[in-house]
Amino acid sequence: MEELAKKTGTGEQEEYTINMGPQHPSTHGVLRLVVSLKGEIVKNVEPHIGYVHRGIEKMCESITYPQIIHLTDRMDYLSAHINNEAVCLNVEKALEIDIPDRVKVIRTIMAELTRIQSHQLYWATFGMDLGGLTCFFYGLRDREKVMDIFEETCGGRMLVSYNCPGGLMYDIHPNFQKRVKEFLKYFRKTLPEYDQLLTGNVIFRERTKGIGRLSLNDAISYGTTGPVGRASGFSCDVRKYEPYSAYDRVNFNEVLFYDGDTFHRYLVRMEEMRESMNIIDQLIDNIPEGEYAVKMKPVIKLPEGEYYQRVETARGELGVYIISDGNKNPYRVKFRSPNFANLSVLNIISKGFKIADLVAIGGSLDLIIPDIDR
Amino acid sequence: MDNTGLSELIRLFDEEIEIKEGKQFLEISVPASKLHRLANQLKDNENTCFDFLFCLSGVDYGNDLGVVYHIRSTKYNHSVVIKTRTPDRDNPMIDSVTDIWQTAEYHEREVFDLLGIKFKNHPDLRRLFLSRSWGFPLRKDYVDNINIVTKS
Repeated sequence: MEELAKKTGTGEQEEYTINMGPQHPSTHGVLRLVVSLKGEIVKNVEPHIGYVHRGIEKMCESITYPQIIHLTDRMDYLSAHINNEAVCLNVEKALEIDIPDRVKVIRTIMAELTRIQSHQLYWATFGMDLGGLTCFFYGLRDREKVMDIFEETCGGRMLVSYNCPGGLMYDIHPNFQKRVKEFLKYFRKTLPEYDQLLTGNVIFRERTKGIGRLSLNDAISYGTTGPVGRASGFSCDVRKYEPYSAYDRVNFNEVLFYDGDTFHRYLVRMEEMRESMNIIDQLIDNIPEGEYAVKMKPVIKLPEGEYYQRVETARGELGVYIISDGNKNPYRVKFRSPNFANLSVLNIISKGFKIADLVAIGGSLDLIIPDIDR
Repeated sequence: MDNTGLSELIRLFDEEIEIKEGKQFLEISVPASKLHRLANQLKDNENTCFDFLFCLSGVDYGNDLGVVYHIRSTKYNHSVVIKTRTPDRDNPMIDSVTDIWQTAEYHEREVFDLLGIKFKNHPDLRRLFLSRSWGFPLRKDYVDNINIVTKS
């Protein structure tokens, strides 16, 4: 092989740079990676972003708070409900409004359903990236069931916009509890199938174990959160250390692994789906009676000051930083998006691995590009 | 550690810095020249140990341009906010904290892209989202008659 390489002048020794994306199927959006290679080995990865930069932060400065909620759907579209919640919680905190228990519990259930469907899609596409097309069909088949629950209650399937400052847009559908319970019963049965199909698969394990290892120090220094951080042993679950909504009244474990490789980033998400189901189990029969929203003034003005609210989306810590000057529009809004920080480790963890591993590593970070560009 | 203990500890680093109890976090205001030293001390000191920079935002305050750092200690689980400003709008310069918290590299590039604040000693300060000829859209005096429609 080496002789052949010498003869033809290709292969091992040659260095070159290739473009991966912005339309590469494995980047799941418009992410362009400029990859420097030596033979097949990755030397450097430089992400080029901004293809879906819509200037959401700038737009927020000229619209009102209830309108901002509908823009946050468009950042991390798979955690749409949790993004909405972050803005609502921040506005409610600034106005010092007490939210009815019913709202808190419904929000928590919705957030956990969102997390499950996001991880299902992750599982589906990650399997597909690594060559298992069946995963894609299984994952989307089950995700559809969550989407139907959303559709019945919220009207929307993906970009739900179900929250509004002070509570929820409308009450839950009478069928909601029944359908969620049906789904949990169904998914408890099908989740082991996921493990049988992919987790235990030898080819899958060979391609993910020990690939793209991220150390704990780097995980903290690069600001990774969510499953990426927790796979490296970084305890960063906002639901645990700064509980919001109804997370302080449910029992669940923070999923932590210490290896920090692609396989463990995958395992964190598999375990999180189980934890999410446990959380929903504890709440679904105990939704308190009461109002589904507090009556708010037609024009919401936040008192002058700065407000920061963080929530745990399916991909990590989302922070909403609002500076208000007392008007109905915010003075400045900053979204600290989890994917933006997670993307920055891609270069350091993929150095020295093969170009085919880059697909696995990139897939395991579970990047949503509109959340990075905003 | 509670906020009073923390503010006493931080005051030991430098007596002149301004510490204010905010609604949510302890807020420290430092001049841009002292920022890097303070950030270094906050990270390295055993009792503060702020190792996790979770948010870095650029703000246009009207006359001044500023950067706000939200940092947290993963060991003690306490947080503070550092604020710094520069009155120079034509050539704003603030020390980079990339050598202290690696995540600042991307965040500072974003701030440079959208607000035009330059970071000294940044390893790779290029625009992130927009092209080179674009203005700095998050500044309050940014004018774009084509893409931004304002209703009166």
